[in-house]
Amino acid sequence: MRSRSSISPGWTLLLVTTLLVCIVAAPTFGQMPDDGVITFEDTVQVMVAAPTSLIATDHKYDDGEKIDLQWVPSIDDLPGIGTVVGYRIYRQDDGGVAEVIANLPAKANHYRDENTELGHTYIYSVAALTDGAEFMSNLTESISPEREWIDFSKRYLFLIALLVGGAVIYFIEIARRGKKLFVRKIAGLEAVDDAVGRATEMGRPILFIPGIQDMDDVQTLAGLTILGRISKTIADYDTEIFMPVSRSLVMTAGREIIKSSYQTAGRPEKYSDNMVTYITDEQFGYVAAVDGIMVREKPATVFLLGAFFAESLILAETGNYIGAIQIAGTARPAQLPFFIAACDFTLIGEELFAASAYLSEDPKALGSLKGQDVGKAVAMVIIVVGVLAATMGQAWDISSMNSLVDILKTIFSTS
Amino acid sequence: MKKTTYLLMAVISALFVLSWILKAGSLSGETDNYVIQGFLITFSAFLTLSVLSFLYADNPLYKFAEHLFVGVSAAFWMCMGFWTTIVQNLIPRLSDGLSSFFEVPPQPGDYNFFFFIPVILGILLLMRLSPKGGWISRWPLAFIIGTTAGLNFVRYLRSDFIKQISNTFVPLLGTEWQGIGHFFSNLDLSASGQLVTMAANWVIFLGVFCGLIYFYFSKEHKGAFGAASKVGIWVLMLTFGASFGYTVMGRISLLVGRITFLFRDWLEIIS
Repeated sequence: MRSRSSISPGWTLLLVTTLLVCIVAAPTFGQMPDDGVITFEDTVQVMVAAPTSLIATDHKYDDGEKIDLQWVPSIDDLPGIGTVVGYRIYRQDDGGVAEVIANLPAKANHYRDENTELGHTYIYSVAALTDGAEFMSNLTESISPEREWIDFSKRYLFLIALLVGGAVIYFIEIARRGKKLFVRKIAGLEAVDDAVGRATEMGRPILFIPGIQDMDDVQTLAGLTILGRISKTIADYDTEIFMPVSRSLVMTAGREIIKSSYQTAGRPEKYSDNMVTYITDEQFGYVAAVDGIMVREKPATVFLLGAFFAESLILAETGNYIGAIQIAGTARPAQLPFFIAACDFTLIGEELFAASAYLSEDPKALGSLKGQDVGKAVAMVIIVVGVLAATMGQAWDISSMNSLVDILKTIFSTS
Repeated sequence: MKKTTYLLMAVISALFVLSWILKAGSLSGETDNYVIQGFLITFSAFLTLSVLSFLYADNPLYKFAEHLFVGVSAAFWMCMGFWTTIVQNLIPRLSDGLSSFFEVPPQPGDYNFFFFIPVILGILLLMRLSPKGGWISRWPLAFIIGTTAGLNFVRYLRSDFIKQISNTFVPLLGTEWQGIGHFFSNLDLSASGQLVTMAANWVIFLGVFCGLIYFYFSKEHKGAFGAASKVGIWVLMLTFGASFGYTVMGRISLLVGRITFLFRDWLEIIS
């Protein structure tokens, strides 16, 4: 007798067939619309896991305008799968409506909100994005940015500045006590007095060009410091000097310096404001005028000391053309080749800044130069140590050497 | 002036007018302002040739171009300084009345009492014009120089000192050193190979170290110190040589730009 619960072969076949059809059709189920055309709305939204462990922390050592977010990316944000296309950051400001503040690419796991305000309270969330949906993380705790009065992240910068500054002050004090500080000869500067003397003997003027930058450029300041020394010699020799400038403040400073030199030399009546003339702020307008002055006045000596740009070769070549002895100096690496090619003497970079100390023998300037040399000596020692540590750490995988390099890089980071 | 000079000026003027007429004629089908456009292009070409004439010698045409350039640019920068710095940036922060006088709409929150400080410094600077109060102008000048020196100290300490040091910590044997035997048996001369990387790192290290020695002023450059200093100056000169060639190429492109203007926009010889 057959059991009543048993299934007939016909029913079994029907069930198996239905099951097979379902399995085969499953991947396309829901994608095939009635009209046979696949559209975005017709696709199935892919479910992905939301990012987790979202935390918001106040950014350290700022003025209260930054909050840092960190989270663990969605577990579906894996290489090659590509279901997560990015992350969206939401922010709620003082209990208001949550707003989108940033969209980030896939794999992102942190963000810095740099538009926060002191006294405001913020709540954040991060959503993992797929092609058609967002999957929200947890909300952060309420957080308010805080202001720190001292930026301790710059502590190493402070210590290095203290070291260099302290060395400068120490050597200034040493120089003031009368100890002679040695500074090696700088070729271009040895020629300054000769160049002024040459102009005096030839009865022709000296042209001083302080570059085309304003008083906020340290090269202009260095050039004007050298002008102070040159103008003293000029006042002593009673030579004519002409200084065309492209900035009004440089004109004022230049006049002060030359006037002071003439007063020191006991010849204030020889000074004239016409010695320093404003031309124009326009770079090539200034160059055109100075070139004209060179070929018409034919100065015996041309000083080009300061910050120069594309005009450097035009000026130096014109000076060379009229046969003037030329002493140039700038700290701009791109312009130095032109001065080296066209001028008789060139003060390269640091030499321009050392020049004032060398020429004046002033204790403050000399002490400053010696203090900077201490900085260079320290830099050389640290470079040797750092390079040896990096070499040994990389070549023989010595962890202590790699750690030393990391420590040095932390100390000498610019952040 | 000599008679020949007058004659030359007349010829140049006639050529200028002729060029203007021809240029305006060629532009008549292209633009409504063909007379003005023709004048501007002809005048630009005239000024270009006037400036280039300096290569031969100083002459009245160069003087004309020079004085025009200086005059126009000085006036332009003075106006720019007044309207952008004083009118647009300063006045809205100081006074609503002056803002409406200059028709500069003040933005909410623009008013800032601290902007009276540069006004005072500016007035003190102008005291230079006073015969007796000229010394007062030294105070704002001292403020500007002192502030500049202070601000630049940190900036240059970072960019020219600290950053240079940290960027010099390079491994002299490269990053994939596995012994001298492995190095020679797998010698790779390609640009990304270990040999080139090693050479580059040695150049960086020695270049920076010897360059620093050259700029060390507290010791006479003699003996080993002098030799290292010479290496330093050689490195500098090689760098300058490369920089010279690179910059000259840039200048040549500027010359090409002017020549293109003359031959395409003015003479229409090239397309």
